[in-house]
Amino acid sequence: MIARLVQAAKGALLLDFVGATGLALKYMMKPKATINYPFEKGPISPRFRGEHALRRYANGEERCIACKLCEAICPAQAITIEAEPRDDGSRRTTRYDIDMVKCIYCGLCQEACPVDAIVEGPNFEFATDTREELYYDKQRLLANGDRWEREIARSLELDAPYR
Amino acid sequence: MPIAKVNGVEVEFEPGMTVLQVAELAGEEIPRFCYHERLSIAGNCRMCLVEVKPGPPKPQASCALPAADGQEIFTNTPMVKKAREGVMEFLLINHPLDCPICDQGGECDLQDQAMGYGRDGSRYQENKRAVEEKHLGPTIKTYMTRCIQCTRCVRFSTEVAGVTEMGMISRGEGAEITSYLEQAVSSELSGNLNDLCPVGALTHKPWSFNYRPWELTKTETIDVMDALGAHIRIDNRGAAVLRALPRLKEDLNEEWLSDKSRYAVDGLGRQRLDKPYVRKGGSLTPASWDEALNAVAGKLQAITAEKIGVIAGDLQDAESLKAAKDLFTSLGVKNLDCRQHGEQFGPVSANTPRESWLFNTGVAALEEADVILLVGTNLRLEAPLINARIRKAWLKGQVQIGVIGEAYDLTYDYEHLGSDAKALKDIKKGAFRDLLKNAKKPAVLVGTGPLSGEDGAAVLSLIASEVLAPYNVVREDWNGFNIVHQAAGRVAGLDMGFVPGEGGLDTRGILNGKLDVVVLIGADEIDTSGLKDSFVVYVGSHGDAGASVADVILPGAAYTEKSGMYVNLEGRVQIAERAVFPKGEAKEDWSIFRALSSKLGQTLPYDSLSDLRRALITDHPTFGRVDAKPVAKAFDVTTLGVKGEIKDGLLASNIKDFYLTNPIARASVAMAEISAVRSTPLSLAAE
Repeated sequence: MIARLVQAAKGALLLDFVGATGLALKYMMKPKATINYPFEKGPISPRFRGEHALRRYANGEERCIACKLCEAICPAQAITIEAEPRDDGSRRTTRYDIDMVKCIYCGLCQEACPVDAIVEGPNFEFATDTREELYYDKQRLLANGDRWEREIARSLELDAPYR
Repeated sequence: MPIAKVNGVEVEFEPGMTVLQVAELAGEEIPRFCYHERLSIAGNCRMCLVEVKPGPPKPQASCALPAADGQEIFTNTPMVKKAREGVMEFLLINHPLDCPICDQGGECDLQDQAMGYGRDGSRYQENKRAVEEKHLGPTIKTYMTRCIQCTRCVRFSTEVAGVTEMGMISRGEGAEITSYLEQAVSSELSGNLNDLCPVGALTHKPWSFNYRPWELTKTETIDVMDALGAHIRIDNRGAAVLRALPRLKEDLNEEWLSDKSRYAVDGLGRQRLDKPYVRKGGSLTPASWDEALNAVAGKLQAITAEKIGVIAGDLQDAESLKAAKDLFTSLGVKNLDCRQHGEQFGPVSANTPRESWLFNTGVAALEEADVILLVGTNLRLEAPLINARIRKAWLKGQVQIGVIGEAYDLTYDYEHLGSDAKALKDIKKGAFRDLLKNAKKPAVLVGTGPLSGEDGAAVLSLIASEVLAPYNVVREDWNGFNIVHQAAGRVAGLDMGFVPGEGGLDTRGILNGKLDVVVLIGADEIDTSGLKDSFVVYVGSHGDAGASVADVILPGAAYTEKSGMYVNLEGRVQIAERAVFPKGEAKEDWSIFRALSSKLGQTLPYDSLSDLRRALITDHPTFGRVDAKPVAKAFDVTTLGVKGEIKDGLLASNIKDFYLTNPIARASVAMAEISAVRSTPLSLAAE
């Protein structure tokens, strides 16, 4: 009997409504847990293993020396390299392919690289419409390197004390 | 036999062995760089240090220390460990840390031994030394900063290759390996220097930067670039054959390989015939197998067997020769020949002894010979590894060598007896007669050059009557008659009688243009000018002389692309294995003849390679003994050749350019480069 009276009083006074509005107002004032994704992005670690890139030295010379250690260590066998002497006699790749569909983003290639040429950069937005677009060749990887060099260099610098 | 103790275990050893060899007998691994079983002992890398008692209380270089009875050898004491770490640290002081760009990486003795016996890090802070690059020719790529001065290359070129071109100059930190006046190394065995180099100072130039050793598939097979049949390993990645390396075979190539056998493999990827072609309106157009085979079958059925000729080339395996022979003899064709240079051996027939066309003494047994006579052969080019064997015997000092023919620099001293057929007759007047007469084990090596002329049979007959018979070269216990073949497929062809039948035409007859259909089975070293009016069918792997005159091309497989039997010049049957698949639509040669036979309604009675081999062995039992040198019986040498007029010309080798003697080599870029550098003929000994 009493409980029914209390329930009726709460209903009459809109207490639940006021409480819920109060909660809503409280969360309105608090910082948001979600972000407005395409326009905002969450922070990522300097060790983030995203899209691959082949880097160059500051003078524009490609770093990769075709030692094939990344190809050897790749557990998914996603990397294919062919090499021959370049006209100046230096050891260079003629082909450097990564099958981004096979890749498991383990980061062993960048661990193996003696010259920091192949790196997994901070980019994670490289979804494509077709599978073929995910077969990266050397040109694509070098272009990635050029595009992301600033971010990659900064990540490497931040991570350097721990390597 | 004396007994030594290795790490407390007693080992019996032959007197004269070194401490290193005794330790190996006991199963202990001793690291080493300069020591090599087939070279003299230098003792300069110091990596093989061990502790020996009795002796001074310091580590000793085991490679140069003779083992003694009652000696105690220790390879696992703290002193040895410390000594090895010390030596390794010194070796690495000046060695660059560029393994990622070094072609030796992955198969490098220094890399492996630094892992196994070295310290974990470097204490060296100063600058490393740098050494200027040397130009050592088209086969050797140098990176001399990596050199650790083991001098294996110097010892190989001086001792085995017989060219005193390499040496070490200066000493201490300034020590450098260089060639005499910085000339290119001219030896035809120069590729072995790269194999011997324990570090990456000398690497294979034609293959530089092309592969890593760990990514290659390895197939053990047989070489076909010369008739020796050297044991090799073919390394491929996917469909591409990337390199050929020697395998150990004491009886044939030991562990060496000639430059041609080694570097011609890049020709396997060029100029390939990968689909059938039929000539339409004057030009070759791609066709289907059915179309091409029908074209050939139609032509063969339309004419009589007397108007058909078949010539087999140098690189053919026994199976394809057998299938071709069975097919064409079933059609009644008698104009068959496997001797595309027109060489005269034998007589070749089923009831003549095969000793009359073999290298009877055997390659290994050549070391036992006490007198060797070379007739009309430039052995250094025709069979570089047999030449190295003779040099090995000559270095031991037990052999006298005479040469009739052109006087080449053969890397050992010999008596030049003359260069023409007259010199053969003059042997009995000269001092060499006594040598031959008193020889216990004389060996006569006859090149195929002088036998290839029109008077070839007469030359062979003269050799038999002037040299073989009078000096008893062929005896019950020693057969000293040797033909130095140049082609890997020749002995197999002769053994199965791939020669003109009764009244049939030989190579010369087939090529003079009187036949309507000529089938060339990988035959490219022929004069094709007489074939203009004939219908030419070419079965083979490379687009070369034969394919260019062909009316129908049936693409076959090269030696790395099929399992095939090859018979080497000794008569040793060896089986080559397939490393990669034939290119494009090409097929194994024997199956082409099998397919053609069913089009002709003369279906050959075998459907698989094993059936074919069974038929081959049933018809010719000599093919049943694989990888064994046949026992050379004595035979009547007077049956050799045919008596006749000899044009008094030179008894010369017929090799014009050693590096371009077959279609694979002619397609190879590496061979073209080597040939260009070395095309100046080896200087005459008399100069």
